[in-house]
Amino acid sequence: MTSWIEKQRSILDYTLSSLLRRKAKNISLFFVYTLVVFLLGSAMFFTEAMKREASLILKDAPEMVVQRLLMGRYDPIPVDYLNKIRNIRGVTSAESRLWGYYYDPVTGANYTLMVPRNHPPASEEIVIGKGIAKSRVLGKGDIYSFRAYDGRVRSFTVAGELSAASELVSADLILMAASDFRSLFGLPDSLATDIIVGVRNPKELRTIAGKITELLPDTRPIIRDEMVRTYDAVFDWRGGMVIVLTIMALSAFVIFAWDKASGLSAEEKREIGILKAIGWETSDVLAVKTYEGSLVSFLSFSMGILAAYVHVFFFSAFLFAPALKGWSVLYPDFRITPFIDPYQLAVLFFLTVVPYTVATIIPSWRAAIVDPDAVMRS
Amino acid sequence: MIKLLNVRKGFNMGQSNEFIAVRGVTLTLAANGITVLKGPSGSGKTTLLSLIGCMARPTSGRIEFLGDNGILQDRNIDQVEVTSLPERFLTEIRRRTFGFIFQQFNLVKGITVLENILLPSYPLGEKYTLVRQRAKMLLDMFGLGERAQAKIEWLSGGEMQRVAIARALMNDPPVLIADEPTAHLDSKLSSEFMDIISHLKKSGKTIIIASHDPLVFDAGSVDRVVAVLDGIIEGDDA
Repeated sequence: MTSWIEKQRSILDYTLSSLLRRKAKNISLFFVYTLVVFLLGSAMFFTEAMKREASLILKDAPEMVVQRLLMGRYDPIPVDYLNKIRNIRGVTSAESRLWGYYYDPVTGANYTLMVPRNHPPASEEIVIGKGIAKSRVLGKGDIYSFRAYDGRVRSFTVAGELSAASELVSADLILMAASDFRSLFGLPDSLATDIIVGVRNPKELRTIAGKITELLPDTRPIIRDEMVRTYDAVFDWRGGMVIVLTIMALSAFVIFAWDKASGLSAEEKREIGILKAIGWETSDVLAVKTYEGSLVSFLSFSMGILAAYVHVFFFSAFLFAPALKGWSVLYPDFRITPFIDPYQLAVLFFLTVVPYTVATIIPSWRAAIVDPDAVMRS
Repeated sequence: MIKLLNVRKGFNMGQSNEFIAVRGVTLTLAANGITVLKGPSGSGKTTLLSLIGCMARPTSGRIEFLGDNGILQDRNIDQVEVTSLPERFLTEIRRRTFGFIFQQFNLVKGITVLENILLPSYPLGEKYTLVRQRAKMLLDMFGLGERAQAKIEWLSGGEMQRVAIARALMNDPPVLIADEPTAHLDSKLSSEFMDIISHLKKSGKTIIIASHDPLVFDAGSVDRVVAVLDGIIEGDDA
């Protein structure tokens, strides 16, 4: 056993000195390898963290939202639908909501205007998301003006900023009082944006949704699970887009690694011949090459993952954010909660380390099984 | 003692470029002393050396090692027929029985003199302090003590030659095999090489050299000269 350990130690020593001898080759390999792991890792961390973030937000979303449709498109819902819905058996609550979009020509962004269910701001006051505060340089006490539906300008005082806890959806949010909302958009008291419905037994959601459609044929009930699925699909698609691009990068890397690692130079082949001639077994030569490949792989993989982690969770994935973070023009500026899925990490490990190690070992094995006398005749 | 019985070695057998390098050689090499295989380029002496040193297998014929003078060191057997041994055993014999000095020295570039000398000992798994001590001793013996940490490419021809000899002796093999060792040396360095070899002979080593250099086969310390031509033994002064 001691002899085996001593042998491995010596072989490791030799591996390290081999790596140092071919500095330029190994550093370029390390750099490209790390870059690929970084890109793949960032896309994976980001997509997963976004999905998590979205599901955290949706956890507090209403169980069911009822919208009215006119010619297959969304239309404000009459408030008197509330009582009809409340009378359905199994429904515990039904409340109307007021929310809409406002286009700001200065920033070129669409803001979400909303009347909160609890503690709405006082009349002529608004509470704004961090994205708006940053882009319009607004703070508490400042005045912000809207152009109302009838062309008149209406001014509001900023009463505060929203917390960063769920900034993904609140960056472009403006909260205001119901009366202000109605007068800004010209929405009569008899109409609301949509209705949220609470039920006693979540298993009956679909039955109740069916009853609502039957009772009010011009409405469309949307269940929370459907919203979660939509979010998942959106972020999966966005992550998928990056992953497709990164798979191309990965393929390029495999070709590069194959060329760099497999293309044994005449010098390396000669060295393998010398080692065999002086009494190294094929397995000893392969051990050196395996250690070499594993060391480069392990270092690059760790470095790439670490860089991806810092990029996504400390710098909010600034390289990918525009492509991945949603449709709003105001990109949320927040730190994503760190979350790593070990399964995805394992997949990434096998996608990068295995092809590289194979690319390193096979050609060395082919060189190492040649008769050692080749070195005498070279 | 090493016995070759009707040994033949061909390359690219069955192909259009088939070539027979050794054509039925029968030869007995005694333990101790210096034997020189003499002959022009392409005569088959290097192939013969690599067959003796277990670096290649003969196409036909037998090679036997007899256990005198420690040729089969660490083994409790008197005789072994090496041609039929699996690769692993051949490697072990190569490692423990033979020390090789190649024509171009075949030192590994980019690593130090000390590391080069240590290379044959790595697969043995001996304690590092012990092998390092042995390597240092060899360095001192060949006047390379101060060059231990020098890279191979910084050495002069003479120094490279001495490193190659030190590396061949690292595992203390009973037999030294040298292929055209003076081909790239001037006459002064060639004489120095023969001095070292004769010193090693006195310490009990068996030395087999392939060479067409008169400075080698005419040296006083050489015990036997075997002339090889076109893959057969043409003359033997034994």
